[in-house]
Amino acid sequence: MTQLWDFSGGIHPPQNKQQSTRRPLRQAPVPELVVLPLQQHIGEPAEVIVNVGDHVLKGQKVADVTTGMGVPVHASTSGTIEAVEQRPVPHPSGMADWCVVLKPDGEDQWCSLEPVSNYKQMEREQVLQLIREAGISGMGGAGFPTDIKLRPPRDRKVETLIVNGAECEPYITADDITMREQADSVVAGLQVMAWILRPARCVIGIEDNKPEAITAMRAAVEGTQIEIAVVPTKYPSGGEKQLVEILTGLEIPSGGIPADIGVMCQNVGTAVAVSRAVFEGKPLISRIITITGEAVREPGNFEALIGTPITNLLELSGLDVDKLNRLVLGGPMMGYTLTDHSVPIAKTSNCVIAATASELPAPPPEQPCIRCGQCAEVCPMELLPQQLFWYSKSAEFEKAEHLNLFDCIECGACSYVCPSSIPLVQYYRFAKGEIRQQNAEQLKADRARERFEARQARLEREQQEKEQRRQERARAAAEAQEKKKAEAEKAAAKGEAVDERSAKSALVEQALERKKAKTARAPENAEPNNSDKVEKPDIETLEKQLMQAESKLNTMQGMLEEARAQEADNVEKLERAVAKNHDRVKRAKDTLDKAREHLSNEPTAG
Amino acid sequence: MWTSIIIAVVVLLALALVFGGLLGYASERFKVEGNPLVDQIDSLLPQTQCGQCGFPGCRPYAEAIANGEAINKCPPGGETTIKALADLLDVEPQPLDAEHGAEQEKRVAVIREDECIGCTKCIQACPVDAILGAAKHMHTVIESECTGCDLCVEPCPVDCIDMVTVEPDIRTWTWTPPPSGVIATDRQGASA
Repeated sequence: MTQLWDFSGGIHPPQNKQQSTRRPLRQAPVPELVVLPLQQHIGEPAEVIVNVGDHVLKGQKVADVTTGMGVPVHASTSGTIEAVEQRPVPHPSGMADWCVVLKPDGEDQWCSLEPVSNYKQMEREQVLQLIREAGISGMGGAGFPTDIKLRPPRDRKVETLIVNGAECEPYITADDITMREQADSVVAGLQVMAWILRPARCVIGIEDNKPEAITAMRAAVEGTQIEIAVVPTKYPSGGEKQLVEILTGLEIPSGGIPADIGVMCQNVGTAVAVSRAVFEGKPLISRIITITGEAVREPGNFEALIGTPITNLLELSGLDVDKLNRLVLGGPMMGYTLTDHSVPIAKTSNCVIAATASELPAPPPEQPCIRCGQCAEVCPMELLPQQLFWYSKSAEFEKAEHLNLFDCIECGACSYVCPSSIPLVQYYRFAKGEIRQQNAEQLKADRARERFEARQARLEREQQEKEQRRQERARAAAEAQEKKKAEAEKAAAKGEAVDERSAKSALVEQALERKKAKTARAPENAEPNNSDKVEKPDIETLEKQLMQAESKLNTMQGMLEEARAQEADNVEKLERAVAKNHDRVKRAKDTLDKAREHLSNEPTAG
Repeated sequence: MWTSIIIAVVVLLALALVFGGLLGYASERFKVEGNPLVDQIDSLLPQTQCGQCGFPGCRPYAEAIANGEAINKCPPGGETTIKALADLLDVEPQPLDAEHGAEQEKRVAVIREDECIGCTKCIQACPVDAILGAAKHMHTVIESECTGCDLCVEPCPVDCIDMVTVEPDIRTWTWTPPPSGVIATDRQGASA
């Protein structure tokens, strides 16, 4: 018998599980339209890799995550991609997100599958890659990419691998049915994960309210080292942190992950998905989902394709629209109300409750806290719900954070027992959201400051450089001035003029002399200009210039025509440029002609 | 009698000298560069660098606050910033000074790109270098870096910059607080 521990707090709400376990698992037919949300996991949304109008096969990848954390999305059936658009998705906000809309062709034709018969001969990294490529993310609710979870930090050895089959939340029976119907797959998936992680101990934790599942699992683990731990029914024993505590007696440190204490938890659905990915080569394209509540005539579990609209499943279970008051996705404790009934099921959707007004009545109005302390007694995380409530309500988020608000698992036990019917969890969710938003804003502000300061520094540097250049120029000018002065003085000294006046007069004389020399030289300079010797090379250069100008004109004209053909907006500019080039060519021609004329005249004259 | 007075005076004088020396040494040795309060205030300001407060950037305003300027001149920060500043400086929070503008939804600048003539005027105006482009080439705003300060709108000669309110999407969405419950006695008080 496996030794069990207990966690503090917890509640015993009515189970309401028997309604949906009476019927065997049913296969939901392929719907008329499959809507695949691009983000069904924690991390970056997947990017579409198919085009609208493409025909895809069942199991073909339609979207993938190339940078950052995430897993690909696959076509759940064969058909044509009808659109990539924003559609309502299963999300508490009720907002729309990007989805691939697939029109099934009814063939349900698989793409080529590559099952692995002996995974033990493969590299562990290869198997992890296979799990990623199969699009597997945690199916218990959070949707954390499984391949990343199976890669614990290098310094953390996973000693205990737990498969979570506790399923403590009322109404939900998806994991129960999975264990009953697919016990062998659960064990096979667990064995693959165990081979990757090499833990000392493998445990499957099941609450004692699922005797059939326990029997099925016991039979399936026959002859293996895997333990079946039957844990007493108490909400929320299926919470990761709680189940770890029940099975190992260890507490996950605040803000830490189970790998910090050498434990890892995987959902039974995830184990089945891993087994299918490895042994059948099939990606995650379907899951088991519970449809229950008093508003459906035949509550039960369905194996449905990811992307099946919830309305389809409700119809299959015989929904009585008149009785339906509230549609809840997830359990009654942690689920959220769906505003749009046509949202598709995602990899993380495990239960839909079609509740009547008497079943899940609207919460009574909130009354003042009477400080009874019941919330603190049932809190499985041993927090102080009352204090957290005060601080969340009065927007003193720092204090709430100080009291470990972020350790709250939002299980709803406190709200359940509150005699004043205060929606405590909603306050905590609000506070968490506000804190996250504030942190994001602070980060953005810090970055803006950095950029502002960098810009300021750059502008200053540019200013300094400008100033420096200006100074250098000024200095150079001053030096030139100095030199001139020195020269003048030297000249004055040469002229042996001692006093200033004679120096000046000497300068004047020198200047006059220079002028005279210049004028004397000028006619001499002018003459060779006309002479033959210089003329000949001149014509060559002129010809070259003309040729260059002409070629430039040609290219310009070519560009202009092209621009005209494309109706580009730089036509006007090019026209101007062409005209200018025309002028240039003309000028070059003129000077050449003139020079030629000169040349032909010269010899006869000379 | 005199000797005891003299002893007391001498002792006190000596003590005063010793501690004076110590304090003087410490103030030199452990001198803080700049005003740490300015840094603290600056970190609370939203860093839009918009200048709506009348100062050329957030840091100058932080310096001014440290020197006794009013804390309610920052419209982008709004009530939250005023409250945080009031907490830090231990003063009463005041309502936002309407003279400097009203608190608005978070916005970003968006350039209508086919109308942009590539004049670089907005690039020069952007305090956080969030506009990308070159002379005679189309410009665009790096949305993730834009602080929504408005400073690029005015210099644009062809008015092709819009300030667009950032709509919350599924990834930025957060839970709303529960509707505040009105209890019976409150309701009576409200109607009275």
